[in-house]
Amino acid sequence: MTIAEKILADHAGLREVVPGEIINAKVDIALGNDVTAPIAIESFKDLGADAVFDPERVVLVPDHFTPNKDIKSAQQCKVIREFAREQGIQHYFEVGRGGIEHALLPEQGIVVPGDLVVGADSHTCTYGAIGAFSTGVGSTDLAAAMILGELWFKVPASMLFIYYGRRGDFVTGKDYILYTIGLIGVDGARYRAMEFTGEAISTLPMDERFTMSNMAIEAGGKVGIIVPDKVTLDYVKVRAKRPYKVYKSDEGACYVETLEIDVSKLTPLVALPHLPENVRPVEEIGNIPVDQVVIGSCTNGRITDLRQAADILKGKKVHPYVRLIIIPATQEVYKEAMREGLFEVFLEAGAAISTPTCGPCLGGHMGVLAEGERAVATTNRNFVGRMGHPKSEVYLSNPYVAAASAVAGRIAHPREVL
Amino acid sequence: MIRGRVWRFGDHVDTDVIIPARYLNSSDPAELGKHCMEDADPQFASKVRPGDIIVAGENFGCGSSREHAPIAIKAAGVVCVVAKSFARIFYRNAFNMGLPIVECPHGVDRIQEGHEIEVDLEQGKVRNLTLGEVYPSAPIPPFMQELLSKGGLLGYVRERMGR
Repeated sequence: MTIAEKILADHAGLREVVPGEIINAKVDIALGNDVTAPIAIESFKDLGADAVFDPERVVLVPDHFTPNKDIKSAQQCKVIREFAREQGIQHYFEVGRGGIEHALLPEQGIVVPGDLVVGADSHTCTYGAIGAFSTGVGSTDLAAAMILGELWFKVPASMLFIYYGRRGDFVTGKDYILYTIGLIGVDGARYRAMEFTGEAISTLPMDERFTMSNMAIEAGGKVGIIVPDKVTLDYVKVRAKRPYKVYKSDEGACYVETLEIDVSKLTPLVALPHLPENVRPVEEIGNIPVDQVVIGSCTNGRITDLRQAADILKGKKVHPYVRLIIIPATQEVYKEAMREGLFEVFLEAGAAISTPTCGPCLGGHMGVLAEGERAVATTNRNFVGRMGHPKSEVYLSNPYVAAASAVAGRIAHPREVL
Repeated sequence: MIRGRVWRFGDHVDTDVIIPARYLNSSDPAELGKHCMEDADPQFASKVRPGDIIVAGENFGCGSSREHAPIAIKAAGVVCVVAKSFARIFYRNAFNMGLPIVECPHGVDRIQEGHEIEVDLEQGKVRNLTLGEVYPSAPIPPFMQELLSKGGLLGYVRERMGR
C-alpha cells in the first residue's frame, strides 16, 4: 500500500484498502474557518447535537476576513468564537494569537504525521507535507466530522511524482509544484492522492514542502503527501502536541501513474491568468507591468518565504507604481521575521506589512484589485476575479520572483534586479 | 426526472466564478443566489429561471471547498448540473446539499445554451429534447444513492445519532 492508503486503512480499522473503496474512518482533526465553520455550526445546531466529538480535536481559526473586514464578517467570526467557548474548543485562535490556518496547525504541532485530517478549506491538503492524510471538505462534511469524529472517504488512487537533480538559483518548491500542475493540468490529479518523493524532495526545506502539498488541490488532488524523513521529524519533534506515527509507502505499492521531474532543468516559473496550469518560465513572459505584489498566504507566507523576499529586497526600493504587501502567515512567523530584521528590509524598501490574514489571496480585503489591475502573488489561485475585480489579473510565482517584480515594476527574474 | 432549459459553460468553472469570495461574508442562500456565476456572466442571476439546468465541461467546481457554491446554484433556481466531470470537493458538497449533479462526458458537447434537456437520474440518461438525442450518464454510485435516500449527509448523521 501507499502511505495514503495505509493511513486511511488504519483509521478505518481495516488491514487493507484499495482505490475506489468507500470507507468510514476516524478523523484526528476537524478544522473550520470564519467562512466555512458558520454553516457547519448551523448544521450542528439543526441536528440538535450537544457536543463536539472531542474539544481537543476540533480546530477553529478565524483567518479569511480577519481582522473583521466588515459587519457581516464580524458576525461570522462571532458565531465561531461563541461556539468555541460554548464547546470548550482548545484550539481556537484569536486575532493576534494565531494566523492562517494551514501555516498555523503544523507550526503549533496540532497536526502530526500519520493523522487523518479534514478541514472545511480546500488547502487543508497542506499537511500532507508532514506525512498526514489531510484533505478539504465542505461545511456539511465538517458538521458530520465534528459530531461523529468520523467521515466517509473514497480511497483515492495514488500518483507518484519523483523529483531529481539539483535545483538552480531562485528555484523553489513553488516552482516544483507549478511545473507539476503545468505538466498534468488543473484536473490531472482529480480524485487522486499525489505523493511527492525523490532526492530533490529530500533536500527541500520543510517550508517549501508545505508550499508543494498546499497546491495539490490546484491539480485536483485529494492530498499532496510526502513520506516523513529527517527534515520532517526535526520539524515535528519540537512541536508535536500528540504522539505520532510515521507511515511509509511499501516497495511494491501500486501507483496509477509515475512521473519523473528533473528539477535541474527548471527556472523560476509564473502561472499566467486565469488557471494555475498556465505556467511559463519567467524569462519568457515579456514585459508585463504590475500594480501590486502580494507575498504571503498559506502557500508562501512562512519564514523561509519571507527570507527569500528579503534576499531580493535588501537595499532596494519598491517601484513607484507598485504596492508591495507582505503578510507573514502566523504570529510566530511575524515575530521571527521581526527578530531577524526582515521587517527593516521590507519597510525600508517601501512595503506594507500586514498582520496575518488570508485577506487579498481571495479578494477579501487588505489589497483588493481594481478593474484592469494586475498583481504578482505568491498565493495559489489566479482564477477570474480571485483577487478583486473580475477584470483584474493574478500571476502566481515564488517569493523571489514576486519581490523582484515589485522592484522592477514588471514581472522580472530575480537576476534582473540584483 | 429533471427537465429544464440549459445554460452552457466551459471547462474548469471554478468556485470563485460560481460565487466570488467577496460575497462569502454571508451564508444566506438568497444573498448568495443573487451573485451566482457573476464573474462568468454578470446577468446570469437575473436571466436564470427556476428549474433551469447548468451544463458545463470538465472539472466543474474546481478550487475552493466553499459549500456556498452549490448553495448559490440552488438558490439561483438551478435544479441540476450536468458536466463532463466534477472537482472532488464540489461533488461531495453537491450531494451533501441535495443538488443533483450528473456526469455526462459524451453528451455535453452536443448540448447548447437554450436547449431543453431531461435528466434521468435512475436510468443514467440525459435526453436532449431539442435535438431528439439521448446520451448515457454515469450512474450515481450506490453509496451516494444511500446517502440521498437518507436525505443527504445530515440525514445519515441524524440516524447515527439515534434521533
